[in-house]
Amino acid sequence: MQYLLLIYQPEAEVNTWSDQEKGALFQKYMAFNQEQKNHLRGGNPLKPSSTATTVRVRSGKTLTTDGPFAETREQLAGYYLVEAQDLDAAMTIAAQMPSATFGSIEIRPVQAM
Amino acid sequence: MTIEHIYREEWGRVLATLIRYVGDFDLAEDAVQEAFAVAVERWPHEGMPANARAWLISTARHKAIDHLRRHHRFADKLQELERLMPGEENFTESEHSSQTIPDDRLRLIFTCCHPALAVEAQIALTLRTLCGFSTEEIARAFLVPVSTMAQRLVRAKQKIRAARIPYAIPGTEQLPDRLETVLRVVYLVFTEGYAASTGDTLVRRDLCAEAIRLIRLLCTLMPKCMEAQALLALMLLHDSRRDARVDAEGNLILLEDQERRLWNAVQIREGIALVETVLRSERPGFYAIQAAIVAVHAQAQRAEETDWSQIVQLYDLLLRLHPSPVIELNRAVAIAMTEGPDRGLCLIDELAARDELTNYHLFPAARADLLRRLGRWAEAAQAYRQALSFVVNEPERRFLERQLKEAEARLASAS
Repeated sequence: MQYLLLIYQPEAEVNTWSDQEKGALFQKYMAFNQEQKNHLRGGNPLKPSSTATTVRVRSGKTLTTDGPFAETREQLAGYYLVEAQDLDAAMTIAAQMPSATFGSIEIRPVQAM
Repeated sequence: MTIEHIYREEWGRVLATLIRYVGDFDLAEDAVQEAFAVAVERWPHEGMPANARAWLISTARHKAIDHLRRHHRFADKLQELERLMPGEENFTESEHSSQTIPDDRLRLIFTCCHPALAVEAQIALTLRTLCGFSTEEIARAFLVPVSTMAQRLVRAKQKIRAARIPYAIPGTEQLPDRLETVLRVVYLVFTEGYAASTGDTLVRRDLCAEAIRLIRLLCTLMPKCMEAQALLALMLLHDSRRDARVDAEGNLILLEDQERRLWNAVQIREGIALVETVLRSERPGFYAIQAAIVAVHAQAQRAEETDWSQIVQLYDLLLRLHPSPVIELNRAVAIAMTEGPDRGLCLIDELAARDELTNYHLFPAARADLLRRLGRWAEAAQAYRQALSFVVNEPERRFLERQLKEAEARLASAS
């Protein structure tokens, strides 16, 4: 079964990190990708939430706003699509994600079509 | 043996097995319910089968298969099911004797108490599936509308299906955390039943009994688990005081004022024996130390004989394991008994300066009680008023109001 793992991080906090700390996080993700390669089906880091644009169409009018769809304490930083046997397996993968120690990982089951 | 008795004994066990067979909570529940309906109809005339459990499981399986056949969208599920289960022609009741059917209730408890479900859902699902409570009974016990409880159960089962929560006992690594969730749920069921409050008192009394049954089951299924034994001891010891806690009008009686002859000696003996076993075996856990504290109270024939210094030591131990302002408050109350109310007040005020206990009514209530012991009536009355502004539970409210009245009367007569 497939799950989408959404990685939320406190951007303001991470922005204060040194290049060294950011580099260390990157290395941890490289290691994670290697360890979990049998389960990973895709994924990407995302550019900061300040680069986001939100589009809504209401009553035929297109409304465009600068920024993510809602202001939140933690912001979407990336995602992985994983293949796992059940929720427990997906939770184990999520817990090993480097961002889990300072951010939040949302596990969303993918709707089979 | 009546069918009500069989229902109580076998519902959880039969359902747990059916869920393993059919892989779906709703399908299994419907099938088991239908099987019991057949039993109610037939057994009075035909007599009870030799192995009631096997009969129920077999009948429920047939009902499940019938259901799957009728609904063709379950076609692939039906194929899978028939592949996994022995063919009907080979299937006889004797194959399902108690030796061959494993007890699936451990899987069921861990699934119901999965951390991906909200705590209220864990509790509701546990009571529904393991204890056979109806939705109405659970709603009444927890003072919520039936529709709310029904929705809660529906959503929980949907989550189990949609997110694919596995029907399994957790692996060794996850087991300690998962076990903690299960114990917490069982204790929540107990404390809900234990809190004397408005609402259906009969059902709430059932909750304590049910929680004790559940923890006994857990102890049987996981005999090496000391915290489960400890929780059983804790609940037995609390429950042993049920006949002494409340007077005829439903008013609360403080521990120190309770008629100890009304305490259930059998439960106390069992509780204390369990505490001793647990304390001997390994480093005492959260429930073990709490049980030990309650055991010290239970061993005192009269309130004056309570070994308060041992209780203080146990609270010290508990705090190291689980620092919390509530536990510190309880410790301060115990210290008031060994070193005097002044010392206790000192500690409580220090605690107030450090921690956010402002909305917890037992905090001003504890202060009020110590002030009362010191004869400081004006301050005691003030503290009781503060406690009253936060109390939720009806008998506790009445108790605090009585204490406030007394403090005000003493204040009036003193001046």
